[in-house]
Amino acid sequence: MIVASTLTTNLAILVLAGFIGFVVISKVPNTLHTPLMSGTNAIHGIVLLGGLLIVGLSGNGTFNKVILVIAIAFGTINVVGGFLVTDRMLEMFKTKPKPPPAPAGKGDEDGKGGST
Amino acid sequence: MSGLPLATSFLQAPSFLDVLYIIAFALFIQGLRGLSGPTTAVRGNRIAAVGMAIAVMATLLNRNEGNWGLIALGIALGTAVGVPAARQVKMTAMPQMVALFNGVGGGAVFLISWSEFRLTHGYTGTATYITIFSLFAAIVGSVSFWGSNIAFGKLQEIIPGRPISLGSAQQVVNGVLLVLAVAAAVYIATGEHSQGIFIGMLVCAALLGNAVVLPIGGADMPVVISMLNAFTGLSAAATGIALNNPALIVAGMIVGASGSILTNLMAVAMNRSIPAIIAGGFGGGGAVEGASGAGEHVGTVRSTTAADAAIQLAYANRVMIVPGYGMAVAQAQHAVRELTKALEARQVEVGFAIHPVAGRMPGHMNVLLAEADVPYDQLEEMEEANQEFSRTDVSLVIGANDVTNPAAKNTPSSPIYGMPILEVSESHSVIVIKRSMNPGFAGIENELYYEPETTMLFGDAKTAVSEITAELANI
Repeated sequence: MIVASTLTTNLAILVLAGFIGFVVISKVPNTLHTPLMSGTNAIHGIVLLGGLLIVGLSGNGTFNKVILVIAIAFGTINVVGGFLVTDRMLEMFKTKPKPPPAPAGKGDEDGKGGST
Repeated sequence: MSGLPLATSFLQAPSFLDVLYIIAFALFIQGLRGLSGPTTAVRGNRIAAVGMAIAVMATLLNRNEGNWGLIALGIALGTAVGVPAARQVKMTAMPQMVALFNGVGGGAVFLISWSEFRLTHGYTGTATYITIFSLFAAIVGSVSFWGSNIAFGKLQEIIPGRPISLGSAQQVVNGVLLVLAVAAAVYIATGEHSQGIFIGMLVCAALLGNAVVLPIGGADMPVVISMLNAFTGLSAAATGIALNNPALIVAGMIVGASGSILTNLMAVAMNRSIPAIIAGGFGGGGAVEGASGAGEHVGTVRSTTAADAAIQLAYANRVMIVPGYGMAVAQAQHAVRELTKALEARQVEVGFAIHPVAGRMPGHMNVLLAEADVPYDQLEEMEEANQEFSRTDVSLVIGANDVTNPAAKNTPSSPIYGMPILEVSESHSVIVIKRSMNPGFAGIENELYYEPETTMLFGDAKTAVSEITAELANI
């Protein structure tokens, strides 16, 4: 029973995450689809956790150790490389500081304004 | 003696770690929400990165964690490869980079499943459903690893970009490989502990990954990359269920959703159906049919010079630039940016009309233009741009072909009929910069070139654009 309830809980998470994923990703404009892909690549690097869990639990035997180290390295490439390259791309999309309707303000996003 | 163990045990309590995982996936979702616009995107990406750091930390806090030397080694190796790659990759090479990252993600997944199999002596004492999800992850991860590597090879031109296929036998071979892999998985799930079977399953999946991507032509890469992205995501979600880890499930599923949406979008934009993609019968087929249906178009093509083009552009009120992959190949994006600056100095309004499949992956063209400092608000998506062509004086088509072909709207017999296009021919006049009259990837004659308002400027995109800019200075 306990096993079955873990399964159903996880399946529920899976299904809900799928729906949320569709909603959130649908809002990403075509223009940002390349950074979206490299960003999701980075998030996919979460498989790193799988490697970390298993290597800690019972990493015996040279061959097991080798494949787990490779898996951890692969996951880390995804995470580190993915987030970095996405950041690099998104920085290029940042609008340069010349918005036409706001010639006066000096702050970045302090909407509150200064003294009253 | 009392304080520290208490604190440690609190930090290591499974429910506390689960809370950390929940915080992590909430941050992933929040981060991706930021990608809805360029101003919030940078922060969104960083929020997701913080989520990842929390997830990794939570895993390392696990009380059964050990083998720290191996963990450090793996992370050090990954960082040593990932950081320089991410820092140095050229924006034109981004599709290869994403393919490669996809590949290592899939690789990690199947290696994790394999080690699960080995450490449990063939899933002995493992709940059946965990075995099933682990095997699913192994197959999909392996397909994705090999498929992505082939895609990388094609994009990097290590492997010829043209379709390499077994012809009509291809789909049969793919089917047999899939059946073999699934059969091996079923055999293992019903109690077989032999590692030979498991390796056989991995090999079948590996061959399948090769067999699916090798027949796909270079022009179809946007679909393939998106599809492999979806695969790696789903395999990660399966790993998450096998390891009972909510962060993995949610992250994997979101990536799967993202990849699926992009695959669908690319397929629609390229006028191909998803079932045809899954069957593996795309890329090669379309091109051949197109070539045989092409030709014998009788009409006059008028060519122009850089000087005439410059005059035409200088006296326009509104110019729409339509960039295609040819622009990226010629590395002309910076020259194009110079041209737009020169035009803007003359009070000409300039926009960029971007087809969803311009480039080698979804959104690739936008990245190239952003790198060349083209402002985000000048990049117009297809629907937006199509509303503006009728009030555009000159459309300047640079290295784009099929995505401007009016046959997609007007000629039901055309192989690309029904494909959404940029309706360039609606504008008052059109200048096409092109190397020669050779048809594009799809091998289809472009009617646009024969229309009376169209003139052709033959030459390399970068040279031609620079020449126009130079001529503009003389007007």
